[in-house]
Amino acid sequence: MNPQLLELVNAAASGKRPHFFGDADVDRLLAIVWAMAGELAVTRERLDTLERLLAERAVVQRMDIDAYRPDPQAARERGEWQMEYVARLLRVLQQELDALRAASGEGGRGRTTSD
Amino acid sequence: MSAAATHDDIARFNFLANFNKYMATAVAPGNAVAFRERAEPAWIRQQGEAPQTRSEVRRAMAPDPHYRFWSALRRCGMEMRQQAGRSLVLRQKESLRDRARELNARLPSGLRLDASIKIPRYQSELDNHCMPGSYYAEYIDADVSAAANYDAGMFATTTGLFGRYLDGAGRGTAAWLQRTRPGWQPKRILDLGCGVGHNTVPLARAFPAALVVAVDLAAPMLRYGHARAVGMGVDNICFQQANAEALPFEAQSFDFIYSTMFLHETSHVALRNIFGEASRLLAAGGVQVHLEQPPYRGMTAFEQFMRDWDGYYNNEPFWSALHETDLPRLLIEQGYSAEAVFETEIHAMVEDEMPKVGVETEDFGRGGLWYACGASSQGAST
Ligand SMILES: C[S@@+](CC[C@H](N)C(=O)[O-])C[C@H]1O[C@@H](n2cnc3c(N)ncnc32)[C@H](O)[C@@H]1O
Repeated sequence: MNPQLLELVNAAASGKRPHFFGDADVDRLLAIVWAMAGELAVTRERLDTLERLLAERAVVQRMDIDAYRPDPQAARERGEWQMEYVARLLRVLQQELDALRAASGEGGRGRTTSD
Repeated sequence: MSAAATHDDIARFNFLANFNKYMATAVAPGNAVAFRERAEPAWIRQQGEAPQTRSEVRRAMAPDPHYRFWSALRRCGMEMRQQAGRSLVLRQKESLRDRARELNARLPSGLRLDASIKIPRYQSELDNHCMPGSYYAEYIDADVSAAANYDAGMFATTTGLFGRYLDGAGRGTAAWLQRTRPGWQPKRILDLGCGVGHNTVPLARAFPAALVVAVDLAAPMLRYGHARAVGMGVDNICFQQANAEALPFEAQSFDFIYSTMFLHETSHVALRNIFGEASRLLAAGGVQVHLEQPPYRGMTAFEQFMRDWDGYYNNEPFWSALHETDLPRLLIEQGYSAEAVFETEIHAMVEDEMPKVGVETEDFGRGGLWYACGASSQGAST
């Protein structure tokens, strides 16, 4: 995903983000932790699919997975995935920066063309 | 007409649906315990009496750790649902647009857009339920991504309570009409604030000989909604861009007028205008009915507080006020007699495998048991 599109995907809704804890940093932290929980579930589900398919078709043994080393292309693709992954987790930080930028007239990303 | 999802997109929504269900069944009920055991006694120690209003309950609960975590996690869930939906649809907004165009071209008379429609302040000032860009954002020409996102994520937030096709309220309404007016065949039906037509399609299917006019402010919702209906083989709906406060139709031109989950997104003034229009457009012998979550009257301060969460923390600025409004009285103000006005309950009709309200879960503010308020017009039906 290109950086512009990624920022648009992770944009905040208008309005102030409420915080519920005495220190808003706790809310921020929870947002990150919970996004991570979600992504972990996504990975777990993918792995589960994979393991079931592999077992069903008897193609790959566990040791094959441990012995695997990515080629440069695969390594690059994994790197890009990691970047997107981190951006997804740190949504809450991007959104606050967007708001600060918008307030300073820099124009936040992720706003609509009509507003 | 839905977005093409990868394994990860689906897994994200699966996680959110299960997370929301867990929140509704395991975490949300803990608030009542926290209130009873901690927050209320602490308030009584300080104030000398129990909290009397929902705003006092809110103040009593604000420092409670369970309430804080539930709220903060719930807000995270709302944001993650948007993130997951946008991640799914924005990368394919061009192909979604093209697909909608192609489906819409099959039945051009069923989609009427009007570029002169202005978005009123109550809709433009805040992104509804934390949906970035709300229903209106158009990132490309003829964009449908806002609607595709709305469609994709609704199931995760309502965890099946609204049915597989999110049409439980509409199916319930059709069944209610068939039960209360056996054999009645409305010729012209009007759906106000139709969105992507989740609850328009079931009425069109229940009354295949009728023309259903579905109005909404948002062009992306209408483009997508019409394409979705065509894709589902439904051809008796006309999706029309219009403000429900001032509709371009002749007086008494509809036999059945309804809205689902619409009124809470308007304002005091708009609500009166909308009831004015619905009453003007209703034909003799016809009926209008509006479905919402139940009003607060008669509820304990604690339950009101729980149901009011969306009004405070999910960008629903008119939520609290709507649930305090005496809707029957507003209909009487439109000239209906007290006998013509009614309140009732309409059950969402959902597939057998979906959870049922009351039996499995009640997630405050998004249950499948609808409060309905309406009015029948006098005179013989045509
Ligand atoms: C919660 S959504 C859709 C509800 C839809 N009836 C359903 O059951 O799925 C509310 C819709 O109301 C529309 N809306 C808000 N104010 C409106 C107005 N004044 N006139 C027409 N539509 C309006 C919004 O664009 C949005 O699509």
